[in-house]
Amino acid sequence: MFAYEFMRTAFVAAFLAAFVCGPVGWFLVLRGQSFASHALSHVGFAGAAAALLWGQPALLGFGLSAVVSGMGMGVASDRVVGRDVMIGLVLSLAMGTGALCLHFLTRSAGAATALLFGDILGISPSSLYWLAALAVGCVAALAVISRPLLFASLQPEVAEARGVNLRLLDVLFLALVGIASAMCSQITGVLLVFTLMVAPAAASLRLGFGPMSGMGVAFCLALIEAWGGLYLSWLTDCPASFWIALLGSVVFASANGVAHLRGR
Amino acid sequence: MMTPAIKAEQLSVSYGGRRVLDQVSFAIPPGSFVAVLGGNGAGKTSLFRAIMGLSTPERGSVLVEGQPVGRGRMPVGYMPQMRRMVAGQISGWHMVAAALQGRAWGLPWCSAHARAEVDAALDAVDARELAARPVMSLSGGERQRLLLAQAMLDHPRILLLDEPLASLDPARMRETTRRIYDLARQRGLTVLFSTHDINPLMGFMDSVLYLAHGKALLGSVDDVMTTPALSALYGAPVEVVRANGRLFVVADGGGDTLHCCDCAEHTR
Ligand SMILES: Nc1ncnc2c1ncn2[C@@H]1O[C@H](COP(=O)(O)OP(=O)(O)O)[C@@H](O)[C@H]1O
Ligand SMILES: [Mg+2]
Repeated sequence: MFAYEFMRTAFVAAFLAAFVCGPVGWFLVLRGQSFASHALSHVGFAGAAAALLWGQPALLGFGLSAVVSGMGMGVASDRVVGRDVMIGLVLSLAMGTGALCLHFLTRSAGAATALLFGDILGISPSSLYWLAALAVGCVAALAVISRPLLFASLQPEVAEARGVNLRLLDVLFLALVGIASAMCSQITGVLLVFTLMVAPAAASLRLGFGPMSGMGVAFCLALIEAWGGLYLSWLTDCPASFWIALLGSVVFASANGVAHLRGR
Repeated sequence: MMTPAIKAEQLSVSYGGRRVLDQVSFAIPPGSFVAVLGGNGAGKTSLFRAIMGLSTPERGSVLVEGQPVGRGRMPVGYMPQMRRMVAGQISGWHMVAAALQGRAWGLPWCSAHARAEVDAALDAVDARELAARPVMSLSGGERQRLLLAQAMLDHPRILLLDEPLASLDPARMRETTRRIYDLARQRGLTVLFSTHDINPLMGFMDSVLYLAHGKALLGSVDDVMTTPALSALYGAPVEVVRANGRLFVVADGGGDTLHCCDCAEHTR
């Protein structure tokens, strides 16, 4: 299987995505913001489709639109919370805009499927450099803010009293979620970002790991999902996204089972 | 005279043009245990936020140990009013540990020294065992103990406790108050303890800071909890009733209990 360059590329890309999704997802679940990855990947879809229409890489369009809307969400957080109808409308509008852009694209059907459900075997070796740079930058940035972010996530009032800038952390973190969603969508597609970002992290939290080990475990589980999905896709000739989504559910269900047995 | 632990001078706090605290002045001597009393919306939380420098007063000022307040560099431990715990799956230990130097950039990694400090804070409130459990599996009172441990980290000289008795059953109220009182006495802390019911604090507090209609009155229980003093503060006739050694503040005529909403279930 590793004789093919596209398989080697896919395994490296999956590693990079898991490396980012594990820790970012851990904070996402801890903060009860898992919807944010879902929302940002929808907006990212419109950005990616627009980028394709302009002849730019989808990753660029996805990343830019997801980061900008993530930061916007952070700035407007007070005004966004509880506006579920408005959020739903914005997301639908984003998906609609994406559909419109794809409509004008000649090879639209293939592009739409790739964006929505991922096309990990179609990742070019040269874009690996981009993915690697994003992964390192994103994880390094998260490492820098993770201590105050943890404090702010667990006890916002106390953190504020101790001089932590909650708003700034919110904006920075959601920008990182935007980057992580963009990377993840390369592997799983827009619609399945949730499975690689949230399922491993939720499982790790459910198992009762602390912050440092929890992020590590989330990374390992994400890697098992992503690599396992690729391997199964190779064996069965079914899309990797399907297997990744299935493994995501299995990982989460098993973690729940283990936690239940332990009486947590 | 000793520098007051907390001094408010003509302090006014408003939200969108609505005054919550209106030119409030008081001085709290170091080491005292003060009950901050007032009904819902009287401004207890707003006062605490002003003391921590989290809100900019519309007018006036607050001095903590003689210094103007500044965000995040105060010798103040804060226990916020109970609310829904967002991150329920993490263990209590990690929740408390996150507060230790939680402001510093970097990874949330705990040195052996930091671990020992967290353990010591948990021991002080007798919550070492509790802390192993996920926060969501803890009762309200157990969470309060963790929050108290968290407030004691970094060795504050002043504790601001926002309604630590909310969500406790009456039997636990005295116990919790005693625990806080003993801790504070051992360490010589100044404590501001907000509550809408004064009774569980009877015998512990040195003074009462009573908030009503944006005004504040600081004094001993015997000076503040009297019909004339509180009528003047409310600007309307209220009556302080003593029954079975308990205090109630009743709006005159209406038969409305303004606070001390402890009723029949309060028989000990
Ligand atoms: N951030 C805020 N914005 C607008 N109004 C507020 C805010 N915080 C508190 N208030 C209002 O100020 C008043 C006092 O609130 P608070 O200090 O929380 O009272 P307490 O803690 O005594 O119940 C209440 O009427 C409340 O609605
Ligand atoms: Mg309050």
